[in-house]
Formats: sequence, structure tokens, C-alpha cells
Amino acid sequence: MASPDEISADARSRTRRWAAGPVATLIVLFARAVTAVRAHWSPDGPPQRQHVYYANHSSHGDFILIWTVLPPRARSRTRPVAGAEYWLKSPLTRFIGSHVFNAVLIERQQKTRSEDPVARMAGTLDEGASLILFPEGTRNQTDDPLLPFKSGLYHLAKPRPDIELVPVWISNLNRVMPKGEFVPIPLICTVTFGEPLRLREDEQKQDFLDRARLALLSLSPHTDTAA
Amino acid sequence: MTEARSDLLTLVLAIGAFLVVATAIGQILQRRLSPDRSNAAIENLNARINAWWVMVALIGIAFLAGRAGVIVLFAFCSFAALREFVTLTHTRRADHWALAAAFFVVLPVQYYLVATDWYGLYAIFIPVYAFLLMPIASVLRGDTERFLDRVAEVQWALMICVFCISHVPALLTLQIPGYEGRNVLLIAFLVIVVQMSDVLQYVWGKLFGRTRIAPRLSPSKTVEGFVGGIASATLIGAALWWITPFTPLQAGLLALVITLMGFFGGLVMSAIKRDRGVKDWGHIVEGHGGLLDRLDSVIFSAPIFFHIVRYGWSLT
Repeated sequence: MASPDEISADARSRTRRWAAGPVATLIVLFARAVTAVRAHWSPDGPPQRQHVYYANHSSHGDFILIWTVLPPRARSRTRPVAGAEYWLKSPLTRFIGSHVFNAVLIERQQKTRSEDPVARMAGTLDEGASLILFPEGTRNQTDDPLLPFKSGLYHLAKPRPDIELVPVWISNLNRVMPKGEFVPIPLICTVTFGEPLRLREDEQKQDFLDRARLALLSLSPHTDTAA
Repeated sequence: MTEARSDLLTLVLAIGAFLVVATAIGQILQRRLSPDRSNAAIENLNARINAWWVMVALIGIAFLAGRAGVIVLFAFCSFAALREFVTLTHTRRADHWALAAAFFVVLPVQYYLVATDWYGLYAIFIPVYAFLLMPIASVLRGDTERFLDRVAEVQWALMICVFCISHVPALLTLQIPGYEGRNVLLIAFLVIVVQMSDVLQYVWGKLFGRTRIAPRLSPSKTVEGFVGGIASATLIGAALWWITPFTPLQAGLLALVITLMGFFGGLVMSAIKRDRGVKDWGHIVEGHGGLLDRLDSVIFSAPIFFHIVRYGWSLT
């Protein structure tokens, strides 16, 4: 016999799973109402296969926009990679992070963490999921369009060289919701998908990271400088 | 059936028939001349026809829903237009509260004032109160970088996207003796004449266009298109006198004024797009440009039309 505690825990988790779908729809509708977001696909059209999407990062809403524009089939198997310490902070963010977005939560503090983030991401890829990564490692609050990349992208590509990495430029979202503000300003956002790239044989870490960063930067429309 | 309803029904049927014919012509042209969708002019024409269907359907639903429906429809137009406009401005973080106020305070208040028919306030709310209060909201953050540019752009955005557009539903509040209950037809007159002017300028320009009228602003606009389009839209306006409180001559003169305002409004909005290095304001209809691309001529003609009719025909 299950104890009452276990039953209610089970019921809660079922409620959470059931609520995740409608909440996801609401978030997508809200994102569209505020940003009228539109995707610019690469010449190959919307993504069909398994990919690692890597994008510029300036707002907590970044992966929501990518997630919103992806076709439903691709969306359902795409998981954002996010910092555990942020998303596990409160029951609400925990619900949204784990159940609605099915995020791969990684521990960023090297000293205290129990699991290697790259191993975790590689494992998720092996399960067939696509990933959304922000290789700058943190939100960009500077006037530079893109911070230097951390090495995670390379360490993920090294053991999984067949995975295609797709650069994704998110434009304008930093103006919708700058850091420290809580009322979003409705502005039109675009999400631009670039040509996929792969780690070349014998490519050095820094060469690869530079190439990936340039590929992402080249998607940035010049209007972004207005921000 | 009241006279207003039957006029509206006649008008809806006529527009429906016009769109059916236009759609048929567009499809035939596409089959004959552009089976692989390679002829840009025909694709553009068909995109416009599809946009009209959507526009006519939305306006039709709003008309059926009555005054509240029309006001809500144009409030949403203002919201989408403001979103497109502000996207292209130089606003900075320091403008955050001013922009939030523009979207979530100024816009709803303006439409509330129109809905409650408070002419004395909605005519000056944005030109006076928003004009003075918005820069105060921005200046309190202490960021002086491009300050005049930023506050001027926000004020312009509000004037174009909220103030001007709100004068379309404001036509419902005019009290014209002998025209009670039919004001919605004034909106139909304004929108039909200005939209027909746009498309007839395009058609005349395609058929006979030789001389560019503003090569640096809008390379596709020609003198022939301008003259032919304005003249034929003026005639259409005169022919629509029966849905208005005007005589045929008055209807024609008003049509001339609003088509001219629409034409020059289009040039002004093109100049802004050129300055910002964009081709379209947005993408409200996939691939067919933004709402402001479709509404620019209505925006410039609505307040002038409103004030002429109010001065000449309305009791209030």
C-alpha cells in the first residue's frame, strides 16, 4: 500500500504533467502577442533533424522565442540547456523549467557540482533530443553584440562530431525586457537560423569556437546596432 | 431592415463581388503568366487581394459587432502599428517606462476617450498630455544619449499609430442630422476610397507609368500612376455619395483631399523606412509587409477627414 504522502505526491506530479501542455501554449501565445516573432530559416527551410542550436543570450526569454518559432514536431523534442541554480530556485520556476520546457538543467559551479554538464548534454543527445545552448555562458549585458564563447560547445562537439550545430541569432528581445525590468515592451523580434556547421577533423578548440562565433555573428541584422 | 443596414448590405455585397472578380483575375493571370510564381507583379497583386479579403472580413465583423467592435478593432490596429514603429526607433533602456506607458496607458486611455465620446480630451490627450509627460518619464532615468531623438521618436510613434488611427473609429461619434445610425458608412467611405486610390495608383503606374515622381523615396511611384490613381479614386468617392451625408460633388472633393493626404502620407512613411534601411514595417501577414505598410495612407487621411466632416456636417 502506498502511503497518503506518496499518493498525493503522485497526484501532484500527474497534475503538473497535465498542466505543462496548456501552460506551454499560453507562454507561446504570450510570446507571440508581445514580439510577433518570426523565423528566418536558412535556405534549407525549417530544421528537420536532430540539432544543437546555439544562440546569443541577452534575456531569460531567449530560448522561449526559439522554442516558439520551431515547428511543433521539432519543438517537442528540443530541450533548452539552462542553469540549475536559476530554475530550481522556486516551485514555479522549477515547474516551468522541468515540466513545461523539459530543460536540461546543469550545475554551473565547478566546485560544488555533482555531474559534468557536457556529459549530461551528450547523454541527452544520445536519447535523440535536440538542444538549445547559449555558449556565451551568461546573459550579455554589454554593448558588444556577442561575448566570447565558453568552451562547452567544443567539448560537446568533440565526442559527438556528427551532430550539426545550428547558429541562431535572436534579435531585439533584449529591448523587450532589459535586465531588471518586469514590464515587457511589445517589439517585433526575429529569430534567424544559419547554415549548420560541424567540428572538422583536427580542428583546434579556439579555431572552432572562433568559427562558430563568427557564423552566429554573421546572422545579426545591422538594425540591431540601433539598440 | 433599416436604411443604414440595407446600405451596408448593398456595400458589402458590392465589395464581395469586386473581390471575387479581383481574385478570379489574379488567379487567371497567375495561371497564364506566372505558373511558377516567378512574376513579382502578379504575386504582389494576389498578395494584396488576399490582404483585402482579410481586411474586409475583419471590418465586416467589427461593423456587425457595432461601435464597441469597431473601437476594439482599431485599438488592436494601433497596438500592432505601435509595435512595428517602436521597433525601428533608437529608444534605450532609459525609455522603458515611457514605452510601457505608451502601450499600456496612453493607447487604452485614447480609445476609452473615443469610446466615451469625450472629444475635448481625445483631441488633445496625445498632442498635449502625452507630449509633455512622456519625456518626463524618460528624463528621470538620467540618460542623455540621443535624448531629443528618442523623445521625438516616441511622440511621433504615438501620433501616427494611436492618435491618427483612433480618428477612424472617432467618426462614429459625429452627430450628423439625417444621418443617424449610419456613421459606420463614413468609415467604409474613408477606407474604400483610400485603399482604392492605393491600388489604382499601382495599376495606372504599371500600365502607363513612365515618369518617376519621387525616385529617391519610392521608385515604383510614377506621375502617371499618381494622376490616374487619384483621379479615378476621386470618381469612385463621388460615386459613393449615396452612403455618405455629402452631395456627389462634396463626396468627390473629400475623396480628392483624402487620396492626396494618403499619397503624401505614403511618401512620408517610405522616407522613414529608407532612413531605417528596411523595406517593410513588419510582417503582420506572412511575406506581405506590416500593418503600417497597409495603413499608411489611411493614417494620414483619417484625422483630416474627421475634422472636415466634423466642421462641415456635425452638430457637436
